[in-house]
Amino acid sequence: MNLTLRVWRQAGPAAAGAMREYRAEGISPDMSFLEMLDVVNEGLIAKGDEPIAFDHDCREGICGMCGMMINGAAHGPQRLTTACQLHMRSFSDGETITIEPWRATAFPVLKDLVVDRSAFDRIIQAGGFISAPTGSAVDGNAIPIPKLDADDAMDAAACIGCGACVAACPNASASLFTAAKISHLGSLPQGQPERSRRALAMVAQMDLESFGGCSLFGECMEACPKGISIDTINTMHRDFLFASATKRDVKEWSGGA
Amino acid sequence: MLSFWQSSVGKKAAMGLTGLIVVGFVLVHMAGNLQFFVGPSKFNEYSHLLRHTLIELTWIVRLVLLAAIAVHITAAWQLTQRAKAARPVGYERRDAQVSTYASRAMRWGGVYLLVFIVYHILHFTTGTLHPAYDEAQAYGNVVIGFSSLWVSLFYLGAMALLSLHLYHGTWACLRSLGLAKPSSNPLERRIALIVAIVVPAGFSLLPLSVLLGIVR
Ligand code: HEM
Ligand code: FES
Repeated sequence: MNLTLRVWRQAGPAAAGAMREYRAEGISPDMSFLEMLDVVNEGLIAKGDEPIAFDHDCREGICGMCGMMINGAAHGPQRLTTACQLHMRSFSDGETITIEPWRATAFPVLKDLVVDRSAFDRIIQAGGFISAPTGSAVDGNAIPIPKLDADDAMDAAACIGCGACVAACPNASASLFTAAKISHLGSLPQGQPERSRRALAMVAQMDLESFGGCSLFGECMEACPKGISIDTINTMHRDFLFASATKRDVKEWSGGA
Repeated sequence: MLSFWQSSVGKKAAMGLTGLIVVGFVLVHMAGNLQFFVGPSKFNEYSHLLRHTLIELTWIVRLVLLAAIAVHITAAWQLTQRAKAARPVGYERRDAQVSTYASRAMRWGGVYLLVFIVYHILHFTTGTLHPAYDEAQAYGNVVIGFSSLWVSLFYLGAMALLSLHLYHGTWACLRSLGLAKPSSNPLERRIALIVAIVVPAGFSLLPLSVLLGIVR
């Protein structure tokens, strides 16, 4: 396959960027999208040009590093698929492909297609954890959990923190990410002690990081490579409203452990 | 309370609650308006009931609606500013994948509705912008008001946008309030569709029937 790429190039966080055009030639339809970029980069390096910087790690759809906007869709045209798992057979020979970094105030561009997603880490730090005794793991089934609750928690826990929800949202909202974490822990008995405090703290941090609010456009759910449902956002709102009304377990926490 | 209002989730819940109050109002208002088709005496009587007999109740409703709309607009404005600030550098290309047209029309549609609400009050409540207003003749006011093509078109345009606003809003408000039940075919989607059709259609019957000469 021969393709034309239009790629956002930006030398550094403070540098001005621009779209630049490249040719990608002799691409196999069986290559992944990132392998296609590898081929283009080898050509650039051979010519003494700066290769296109993009994030990646696992290349098997589980680490969440490889996000980019491909032809106007987060992670490209294939549903439930990260950019690293997207194959070139999803494109047609001769096509022009537009590739851009995630765009959000909270995700500043570091270089080319690489953005800084540490805002997500700070949201997790604000409350995305449980207070569990350390030591050896408890016996399986020592804490009975209804199957449907376990399923809900598992579905929400599938979030890999890639940022596609923010990237695809017209408001650049991190609601789906934050809601997935709140729903995941809130569905389980282990998550109950901090449930109210978690909702308040994670939502507050999400706002502090300059993400937009949720308008329920639904674009995040479509972009999510793990298919996380906007039903989690309903849960986040419920937990937040309950916590605001009752202020339950908020005071104990401010004292520290 | 302050930290609740400062939160994007709190603001959205406030929009959902105030929106729901106004949805309730437009349902009742539309149903009340249908008395127009019973005839002049019934409709004028209804107007007299609201403007004189039950005036205290009318004022309570007016104040509640005013407060609800004020909160609704303030939150809408602030959330829109927040969303703009959250992505100052846009994409060269971002295609809407699944969002409904209704969801994307909430902001400009809301502005149209605001202009409409102000005009509507000056038109039929105070009569300021009405060519031949007579407080005691609600029925006549409607017939004369809608005999202008432009006025009727403006009302019908507002009803089209109200339909879009209600389609997204009636569904969304339950989720903003955390009241939705997870489902692949949510009940609130179907309710929203019915509300979005019935309310604007019921309102639109008045200008349409006057324009088409069915009611004189
Ligand atoms: C007065 C002018 C109005 C303006 C400026 C306005 C603006 C908006 C905007 C911008 C949104 C979307 C907010 C977001 O998610 O980002 C919205 C939502 C909504 N609006 Fe309005 N609106 C107006 C009037 C109305 C009326 C007349 C009704 C009821 C018939 C209504 C009911 C709703 C509902 C139920 C929602 C959903 C709230 C939620 O998602 O929880 N609005 N409005
Ligand atoms: S590189 Fe790990 S998810 Fe794509």
